[in-house]
Amino acid sequence: MSVLVDKNTRLVVQGITGSAGGFHARSCMEYGTNVVAGVTPGKGGQMFDGKVPVFDTVWEARQETDCNVSVIFVPAAGAADGILEAVDAGVKLVICITEGIPVMDMMRVKAQMAGKPSRLIGPNCPGIITPGACKIGIMPGYIHKAGSVGVISRSGTLTYEAVWQLTSRGHGQSTCIGIGGDPINGMSHLDAVKLFNDDPETDSMILIGEIGGTAEEEAAEWIKENCKKPVAAFIAGATAPAGRRMGHAGAIVSGGQGTAAGKIEALKRAGIAVAETPATMAETLIARMKGKS
Amino acid sequence: MNIHEYQAKELLQKFGVATPRGKAASTPEEAEQAARELGTDDLVVKAQIHAGGRGKGTFANGFKGGVHLCKSPAEARAIASKMLGQTLVTHQTGSAGRVVNKVLVAESAEIAREIYFAILLDRATAAPIIVASTEGGVEIETVAEKSPEKILREKIEPLAGLQAYQTRKLAKQLGFESSQLKAAAKLFDGLYRTFMACDCSMVEVNPLVVTPKGEVLALDAKFNFDDNALYRHPELAALRDIAEEDPREVEASKHGLNYIGLDGNIACLVNGAGLAMATMDIIKFYGGSPANFLDVGGGATEEQVTEAFKILVSDDKVKAILVNIFGGIMKCDVIAQGIINAVKTVNLPVPLVVRLEGTNMEAGKKLIAESGLAVIAADDLGDAAQKVVKAAEGK
Repeated sequence: MSVLVDKNTRLVVQGITGSAGGFHARSCMEYGTNVVAGVTPGKGGQMFDGKVPVFDTVWEARQETDCNVSVIFVPAAGAADGILEAVDAGVKLVICITEGIPVMDMMRVKAQMAGKPSRLIGPNCPGIITPGACKIGIMPGYIHKAGSVGVISRSGTLTYEAVWQLTSRGHGQSTCIGIGGDPINGMSHLDAVKLFNDDPETDSMILIGEIGGTAEEEAAEWIKENCKKPVAAFIAGATAPAGRRMGHAGAIVSGGQGTAAGKIEALKRAGIAVAETPATMAETLIARMKGKS
Repeated sequence: MNIHEYQAKELLQKFGVATPRGKAASTPEEAEQAARELGTDDLVVKAQIHAGGRGKGTFANGFKGGVHLCKSPAEARAIASKMLGQTLVTHQTGSAGRVVNKVLVAESAEIAREIYFAILLDRATAAPIIVASTEGGVEIETVAEKSPEKILREKIEPLAGLQAYQTRKLAKQLGFESSQLKAAAKLFDGLYRTFMACDCSMVEVNPLVVTPKGEVLALDAKFNFDDNALYRHPELAALRDIAEEDPREVEASKHGLNYIGLDGNIACLVNGAGLAMATMDIIKFYGGSPANFLDVGGGATEEQVTEAFKILVSDDKVKAILVNIFGGIMKCDVIAQGIINAVKTVNLPVPLVVRLEGTNMEAGKKLIAESGLAVIAADDLGDAAQKVVKAAEGK
């Protein structure tokens, strides 16, 4: 009942010997994620927590452990290189948690990934979780519950908010994907929507967006024509002043483009139920599922 | 990060982009000296602030216009003395205006034609794109509205870079004559190299001018740099002018906090950018007005929370505070302890609403209960927003 990650996921953690990488690798393992390898250049041959072999390169980790998903906790200056290293090694899904990567670096990464079979989630994201099966990232595991709502979001804590609202009302999640808050990123809202639309175990979706760019509008356009599953949405940043970056590098209204009002209008036009406040994301979806809105 | 016009021009000159000759001055005497060194009777004095609309702005002392043409060093000095140290209000500064600490004294170029030329990083295509128009000297948004067909867009392949033929094509599309082609292409190429080398998110030249003699010059320039890349450009980071920034934001950035000052009266302290924006939105939804955006981040320490809280309470406009935390990596007890520490050193002059959820929520609530702080506890985000709006209204 999920997309992208499940019990078959074999995870490599890039930056496993760093403080953030180590902390979150442990928390993912405690959740039940199968962490098969770590990578830190220069620390090859060590064992992480006595359980996980550490390699110098992703190439070796892939050969030795057949890891199929990577998560990156490498500092911003080296993170773009880390993504390309995982792609080069043939890792199918690369999740980059790192915040603060220069946009030009991501531009080059995206151009170099074109035509390659690997998929990127992030950067500057909380990661991805299939509740009860596999947690990859920095989200608190216990707020989740296995179920059938797909959650897609550009924001970490706002995702937790939506997930907690769902779980508290008895609605579990199939998979929650944090696509990240950067202006140039890997998977888009639309990519995630398509996966959830095709997933037989996902029966509805919550799409969380924010000001800046046109990703939400593109997803809305597609949903209007192709998606039969109930979708609720929330867009953050209606009160954000124009021209200011609101914490996330990608959260900026520039030249009148990327406003919350414009996105909300596009979503509503596509028949998506838009929550009026962030406190009613789950309620809005539940009402839509019952056909009440 | 933004920089001043005079700094932008100095930067462009390093990349071979032609600009009118000029020099920045901090005193009327320096302005006179700079004018004399230029050795011309066609001068312009321009107030240096990080905001547009300077030409049509007004100084708090009644002096009109932040851009003035003049004919002699003595006149440049007189104009500079009316600008320096004065507050300039333009349609982009808000009513508070900005204090002018420097003026640019430059050669005033004769203008035959004005062009708009910008390079920006396009999110949708994940590539640099050139946006240009023969309608220079006006805001591009206005052109986009009135005559969108006059806006040219040229995509640059990220891995290949701007090609020479593209610069020639653009020059012809923008109406340059054959004799001006080389100068135009050189300028476009220089702008592109500046854009890439400095990790810009935008370089905007408006106007780019053609003089009656056929010279091609960048008459004004505006830069936006990618803050994420400043670590590898110490020379650019050094151009930051904190006098141009909200002092609350400057203080916050010293402590690694993400703060943006707004005009409302309800302060908020939140973890995560999306939730912080959403918290502002819900305050507004219930009829309140947010005083700020503040994301303490995922891994804030007690000290950072304390400093954040101090910034919030130092704002005289603030009538109530909302702390909204969804603990993930961030632990609720760390937030609680940070607030308790802050209140020990600064008084809590206004009502405080706290909503804690997630990691170590119980421990956080217990700390606050035991501290004896007068806190209005909230159950969820909606409840918190309604309570803080009421508190700010004095109810």
